[in-house]
Amino acid sequence: MKLVKEILFYEIHNTIRSKWVAFYTAFFFFVGYGLFTFSGDVSKAYISLMNIIILIIPLVAIIFGSIYFYNSREFIEMMLSQPIDRKSLYRGIFLGTSIPISAGFAVGFSLPFFLFGKVNDQFGGFLVLLLMGILLTFIFIALSFLISVRQDDKAKGLGIAIFIWLVLAVAYDGIVLLLIYLFQEYPLEQSMIALTILNPIDLGRILFLMKFNIAALMGYTGAVFQKFFGDSLGFIISFLALAAWIIIPFFFSSRYFKRKDF
Amino acid sequence: MSIPKKITLSTTLAVVIFLFACSVSATTITVSKNGPVKTISAALLLANPSDTLLVTSGEYAEGNILVNKKITIIGDNFPVIDGKEEGEIFTVTADDVHFSGLQIQGSGLSFLEENAGIKLKEVKNCSITNCKFLNNFFAVYLAKAADCTIENNFIKGESVREVTSGNGIHLWYCRDITIINNQILNHRDGIYFEFVRNGKIQNNYSKGNLRYGLHFMYSDSCEYANNTFEQNGAGVAVMYTKNVLMKENHFINNWGTTSYGILLKDISDSKIERNIIDQNSVGLYMEGCGRVTISNNTFSKNGWALKLMANSMDNYFYDNNFIANAFDVSTNSRQNFNTFSKNYWAAYKGYDLNNDGYGDVPFRPVTMFSMIIESQPTALILLHSLFIDMMNIAESIIPAITPKALTDSQPRMRPAL
Repeated sequence: MKLVKEILFYEIHNTIRSKWVAFYTAFFFFVGYGLFTFSGDVSKAYISLMNIIILIIPLVAIIFGSIYFYNSREFIEMMLSQPIDRKSLYRGIFLGTSIPISAGFAVGFSLPFFLFGKVNDQFGGFLVLLLMGILLTFIFIALSFLISVRQDDKAKGLGIAIFIWLVLAVAYDGIVLLLIYLFQEYPLEQSMIALTILNPIDLGRILFLMKFNIAALMGYTGAVFQKFFGDSLGFIISFLALAAWIIIPFFFSSRYFKRKDF
Repeated sequence: MSIPKKITLSTTLAVVIFLFACSVSATTITVSKNGPVKTISAALLLANPSDTLLVTSGEYAEGNILVNKKITIIGDNFPVIDGKEEGEIFTVTADDVHFSGLQIQGSGLSFLEENAGIKLKEVKNCSITNCKFLNNFFAVYLAKAADCTIENNFIKGESVREVTSGNGIHLWYCRDITIINNQILNHRDGIYFEFVRNGKIQNNYSKGNLRYGLHFMYSDSCEYANNTFEQNGAGVAVMYTKNVLMKENHFINNWGTTSYGILLKDISDSKIERNIIDQNSVGLYMEGCGRVTISNNTFSKNGWALKLMANSMDNYFYDNNFIANAFDVSTNSRQNFNTFSKNYWAAYKGYDLNNDGYGDVPFRPVTMFSMIIESQPTALILLHSLFIDMMNIAESIIPAITPKALTDSQPRMRPAL
């Protein structure tokens, strides 16, 4: 555990020094600042922020994660020549990458809210967005590490990373729409909930929309969704699903990392 | 000398007779808990036509009070007329009856009778002003009345369920009725019109009613101006009516699965102008409407700003603002027989090279996603998804399933005032 901590601190130091995080924080700060200044309307700003969070964060996290892992290859090989535990090293690197990135997001995202004093109107929406941003960062860095550990070719690895992002952010919704058309004679509400939970990006979007009372627009489907996601059980299930998206890729990549021949 | 004396005598006589006549035609009878006349019913028996009843403060529970002569009933400091939740309170069957300054409460719930706080039955020239109506089944009920005024009243019900509650102001077979400055809260329908001609509804505030803030059917030539309809179960419904003018009203926050800012069904030759339609699930719903002009309205933050069913035709939409709605226009057909022109669409992304204030590229307010939703409501779970945004863009470039004819050829670059 002490080893994890040491590597973690070293990695955090390293990540912050790369100026990526500063840029990332500044990006979210200026986007939020700009939206609150120019759109005037809080709920509209919220919708735009949500779009940015559920699209940009996964993309940045998965690409940054892959690049960072490939660039740390020499460092990893050097560390592995020392008598240290591989599991601890891997954990240290993972947390050392995810924590600064998500912290950078959290600071950049929250600052405009406090500056404009908008935290209290729609506090639930703010909290969901903040939490969702942090969780999506962890999820997509875990995925990027899984790809980078399995794929030694950097170009191929980045290609797969972008492909996974495309599938989850875009193509998945296309498949959902197709299923809705194919099975329109059947009651689809329960399966839609299941499909939503399976994709972290969709889950983030729906959890946020439910906070904004969009359910009323959806008629019967909305009522079913509201009942599920408004319930504490639904909330717990959603968070378990998101946690599973972090733990499962991390578990597999960690196992592979332990046996990998560098 | 004798001639002037005669004149004086006759004048005096005339004056005396005149004064006497006056006193007969307009006495004021004071109804007071500790005076000679203790109840309104007793005062009504004593009163002659054109008298005034001054009711001093106190509580009067007299069951049903039948007003069958021309009379004015004035309350001093809001005396409470309590129906004790049984039967009707005032039933008016004479013309020229005026009420003001009373607090009328507790007309009884009934499944057979439409018990009201004040019911005007087949009368003319009556008025109800500055009264408070609390917890009545129906508050004000006009049946076959004409030329009446209902002004400055505060009407509050305690409705919980639709079937066990009545309307705030209920009109049936009336003509030339004016309803001004009333507040109507928590009834079934705030204002209900059926078979009414020439109604005028101004500056009223209708909030928190279970069903509709305003509900009118088969009512011709009515005018609605400056009213506010807020947080009603299903908003406002206007059905089977001609020649309606609705202007400068606020339709706000009617949010729910079956809520509408305004629901229009079979309306023709009407005008809807300068209204503000804000935060409703569906801002304006039109079914079977013809020759309706919709102009200078602002639709903002609605789920659907406008749902235009395919059986509506020859409606004209101009100078409206559509701002921050989830969907601006949705329809259920690929055909369109309505005209859109010079509206402002916040979602418009075109340009204006010649600087005339109108975009050079026509705007298609119906997105592909709104067409999908119309046939597959479940797909709404994809709202704000990147995939959907991409499809909408593709569709707006090459329309495949959205109605081609439904375009605004001159979209405004700035909101219309």
